[in-house]
Amino acid sequence: MITAGIDMGAKYVKVVILQDGTVKGKAIVLMGFDPLEAASACMKEAAEKAGIDPGTIDHITATGAGRKAAPNANSDITDVGAAAKGMVHVKEGVHTVIDVGAEEGRAIKIDAEGKVIDFAVNEKCAAGAGAFAESMSRALEVSLEEFGKLSLQSDKSIPMNAQCAVFAESEVVSLVHAKTPKRDISRAVHDAIASRIVSMVRRVGINNDIALIGGVSHNPGFVDAIQRSLETDLIVPEEPDYVSALGAAIVAGERNK
Amino acid sequence: MNEYKTEPLKSWKKAKELRQKYYEDYQNAHAKGGIRWTGGAWSFDAIPAGLGNDVYNITGEPYGASIAFDKKLSMECLEAAEAKGWARDLCSYMRNYWGSMYLNKYAFGGEYPQPDFCFQDHICCSHAKWYQHVAEYKKIPYFCIDVSVGPYKDLDEDRLMFVVNQMHESIEWLEKVTGRKYQDELLIEAVKNEMRSTSVWAEICYLNMNKPAPLDEKTMYSLYVHGTLAKHNKEIADFYEELRDEVKYRVDNNIAAIPDEKCRLMSDTQPPWGFLKVFRYLEKFGAISVGSLYTFGLIGIWENKPDGTWGPRTTPMQKGENITTRDQALRLLADWNLCKPEWQHFYDPNLKTEMMLQIVKQWKLDGVMLHLNRGCEGLSCGIMENRLGIAEAGVPVMTFEGNMGDEREFDEKRTVTRIDSFMETLGYDMQEETAKTA
Ligand code: SF4
Repeated sequence: MITAGIDMGAKYVKVVILQDGTVKGKAIVLMGFDPLEAASACMKEAAEKAGIDPGTIDHITATGAGRKAAPNANSDITDVGAAAKGMVHVKEGVHTVIDVGAEEGRAIKIDAEGKVIDFAVNEKCAAGAGAFAESMSRALEVSLEEFGKLSLQSDKSIPMNAQCAVFAESEVVSLVHAKTPKRDISRAVHDAIASRIVSMVRRVGINNDIALIGGVSHNPGFVDAIQRSLETDLIVPEEPDYVSALGAAIVAGERNK
Repeated sequence: MNEYKTEPLKSWKKAKELRQKYYEDYQNAHAKGGIRWTGGAWSFDAIPAGLGNDVYNITGEPYGASIAFDKKLSMECLEAAEAKGWARDLCSYMRNYWGSMYLNKYAFGGEYPQPDFCFQDHICCSHAKWYQHVAEYKKIPYFCIDVSVGPYKDLDEDRLMFVVNQMHESIEWLEKVTGRKYQDELLIEAVKNEMRSTSVWAEICYLNMNKPAPLDEKTMYSLYVHGTLAKHNKEIADFYEELRDEVKYRVDNNIAAIPDEKCRLMSDTQPPWGFLKVFRYLEKFGAISVGSLYTFGLIGIWENKPDGTWGPRTTPMQKGENITTRDQALRLLADWNLCKPEWQHFYDPNLKTEMMLQIVKQWKLDGVMLHLNRGCEGLSCGIMENRLGIAEAGVPVMTFEGNMGDEREFDEKRTVTRIDSFMETLGYDMQEETAKTA
């Protein structure tokens, strides 16, 4: 049986193809302005890597913010459900999944089978998600990659009070004017994002093991900030941005039976 | 396959007519030599009723909600309030109401009908300030009763008299500002009607314990509103008795609000009025919201029954008590209102959590949806503590963010996604609905 999961995220579309439970191909494509085109391109690329014809896929399950618009999908699952399902497959024993994408951050409490027990999602403000980190790196005129690394070089805690991205940016500007080193500002921003995520995690309850997935987990400054705030190590899978697409592909297998 | 039969509510037409009449009566009051006053839905509307049978009021919250339901008008009103410099995080009912007043536009057609006075009480911060501003803007007299005496469980004689004494004063004030002689028998009648309306509304909510539920929350909003308009009014008390009989008939004959009730939920606080369709969306999962502390307890008056359950409060008339004097009527009125469920959590969020858990248990609910309502600082107060308390009790709970009266704060798509996730965690999904898009 060949199944696929397609994760129509806010910024990227991801596809994972499974054949009898084994990952055969995967791909990630920038969403851009045409989600359908991006989704088709991503599916095509993943199918090529798997060495299959996309037409032979038995069941496709879509997830992500744009899941209802996924082309050729047979069913869909919410981001929360897909993240939970994918994560228990990647690593057993995880009870809390933190999933931070471009626009949204969520904390999910799961049982051993990946069933969701409780979840919390950031509210309207994107201050607890990847887009916020990006805008702050722009304000500091460093690349996103450098931004995360810079943060690790600092051992100074500067509290940021702002609850929203716009005000946080003005705090960053004030710190720049005060000639605060970039590394310290970078850490302050990462700590601020982490504190919002951690408050969501506390809402569902901190339950080891805790895994971090989603695009933001590529940022070492962010991982470090959450770990310090939670006072525990996080499990970061090798390919954190594919976990939800994998979860969707597994669900596709369950639904095709 | 549909498990239960459904049929439209027969009382619906009457409910609509009564509501229309209420707003028209207020609008036309002056033409008939009557009195018009304005205040909140929580005000002691039975008191001005003692001025005569030609006294009509308009309550601000339902009026603000009616405006919110009309998105175009609401936007005009909100912008008019902002143009005066008011902040967007103030009560959105208040901003809608003020906007209608500034624009001189009545939501039911014509000009904003000038009230003769404001009569209010003060439980949340917005309540008193709302009509203080109306009074200053319209240059009309204003009276406000301070009801901040703590939760009902702590009520004693001194606390009760703090409110009752102000009620007595308010009657002297009403006589002075209107030049009319106050009629105690009209007050007594109004107090009895209010007790009847609010106890019977609780009875209607109580009947929704039945599975399948005879009413869904969206429908209940169109019905509870009468109690927020003029709970002291005989027509409304009579209507609620008729409605109670119809709901009882539905229960006896297994007539359901939705055809395939599988999952029972409740919400809280006020809903985003421009987006009541989110309650219909639940039906795709076979889920029904059977009410909320808000729908049950803003108007309904309840009491703890000897077996530990929550039931409609027994009225003094049902107990055989004869109300004969002004003081007796006012004492009973104060006591009756101070036990209102929606007043308790202003003092302690745990009281609200306890009441919500009582509803979950008694109405056999599967989960709770909490609206983090940016438009109401009053009822949203402590809501995350409620979430925590509900989750700790092992009851599934979700939150969604919005605003009851300012659609700019409500993200429909994200809310629907949030509902999808919640229903999935409860074990319901819509997988069969996903279209295969080629
Ligand atoms: S309780 Fe909420 S809706 Fe009522 S006046 Fe206060 S803020 Fe406004």
